[in-house]
Amino acid sequence: MINNLSRRYFIGVSAAFTGVFATSGRVLALTDQSAKNLVDRVVGDINKVIASGRSVGAMIQDFERIFARYADVNIIARSTLGADSRRLSAAQMRAFTDAFRGYIARKYGKRFNEFVGGKIEVKGVREVKSWHEVESTVYLRGESPFQVLFLVSDRSGKDLFFDMVIEGVSLRLSERTEIGAMLDRRRGDIDALIQDLRSAG
Amino acid sequence: MTRLGVALALSVLVAACAKPGPGHPPGEPFDPYENTNRKIHEFNRSVDRAVIRPAGKGYSNFLPDDIETLIGRFAFNLSLPGSIVNNILQGNGKGATEDTYRFVVNSTMGLGGFFDPASEIGMPEATNADFGETLYVWGVREGAYVELPLLGPSTERATAGKVVDIFTNPLTYVLESPNNYYGTIASVSSRLSDRGRYSETIDSILYQSADSYSQAQSLYLQNRRFELGNGSGAAYLDPYDDPYSDQGEDPYDQ
Repeated sequence: MINNLSRRYFIGVSAAFTGVFATSGRVLALTDQSAKNLVDRVVGDINKVIASGRSVGAMIQDFERIFARYADVNIIARSTLGADSRRLSAAQMRAFTDAFRGYIARKYGKRFNEFVGGKIEVKGVREVKSWHEVESTVYLRGESPFQVLFLVSDRSGKDLFFDMVIEGVSLRLSERTEIGAMLDRRRGDIDALIQDLRSAG
Repeated sequence: MTRLGVALALSVLVAACAKPGPGHPPGEPFDPYENTNRKIHEFNRSVDRAVIRPAGKGYSNFLPDDIETLIGRFAFNLSLPGSIVNNILQGNGKGATEDTYRFVVNSTMGLGGFFDPASEIGMPEATNADFGETLYVWGVREGAYVELPLLGPSTERATAGKVVDIFTNPLTYVLESPNNYYGTIASVSSRLSDRGRYSETIDSILYQSADSYSQAQSLYLQNRRFELGNGSGAAYLDPYDDPYSDQGEDPYDQ
């Protein structure tokens, strides 16, 4: 009923984490060629990790580190809460952000092995409103290539990405739907949501 | 007579595409039939659990992957003439020509579509045009979100398109029974095969989401709007349908 678009979304998120290295640091100074070379190296390294037969648990940990380092987890976590984010105390927000980071790493990290044999190519960068959009194409074995966009901003003080859009499907918007549903299930109880999130994914 | 019937049905369906009220928040899905949709979603989930999921897994385990790929390609090749017709209706001559070449190459060198030499020699990707997209190009609004029994997430416009697409594929007229069923059988098979191959992903949406209805809706609408924007060459949509309207807000502006 739901065809392979959703699979592409999942793998795209996983695969794209490997591309994250390319978007870190001085993104705007990157040329297509140097970004591509970087991604090729990263993909090669990642494939080595997968081939080394590390456990899923270990891969998820690698994943969480990557996410924490190259994504603006604070802003992503906050925006998945939408208007509810204003109700949180500073301590709750910290707890939520930590739980959210682990949840994302587990949810997408466990799909990582499906990326074996794939590659990402960075196609170009363009300025959109107040951020930069890095366009890449993901090639997976036995699939037609698909597009992944990274939305990168330096408004946090560092160049970090705050969204990934896989064939039009935004990580941030999809997780907003999911987090919203989890919060509804707990009738708006933020602490219960944080508890749930620590084991979800 | 058939044509008149189709034209009538089409105009009724298109006129039926509901319009969000002025107070509808932008970026929120337009879902006035949510109660009915949710019931259908539950039905679809139970059918998936009881029949499609096990059948998909069985099918996928029973057949070697290569055979499944062949059947998938065969079904896809048979869908190309319908795509060509829709490209023509959209005034997309380039798309129609590309799909025609692809169909010719894969039907001949690809031995009836079982192989895909068109992609191997680097021909342009298939346009995947359908009548829902044609309606979009003609300026019909998206309408409300609907979940269809067995077929899953859709919109009113896409649903009208699906109905018409039964008639837009010329092969339906050219082939005689039982040959004209091969395409249908192959496409059902390839859907089963997808259910088996993408089992984990689909399970995670249908059975592990906090609210599988909303999650499926969100994924479908975002991706469908993206494909329409790309498929027709118009990069962005009307702001009311704009998939980026929500992302368009800068999250740092808060």
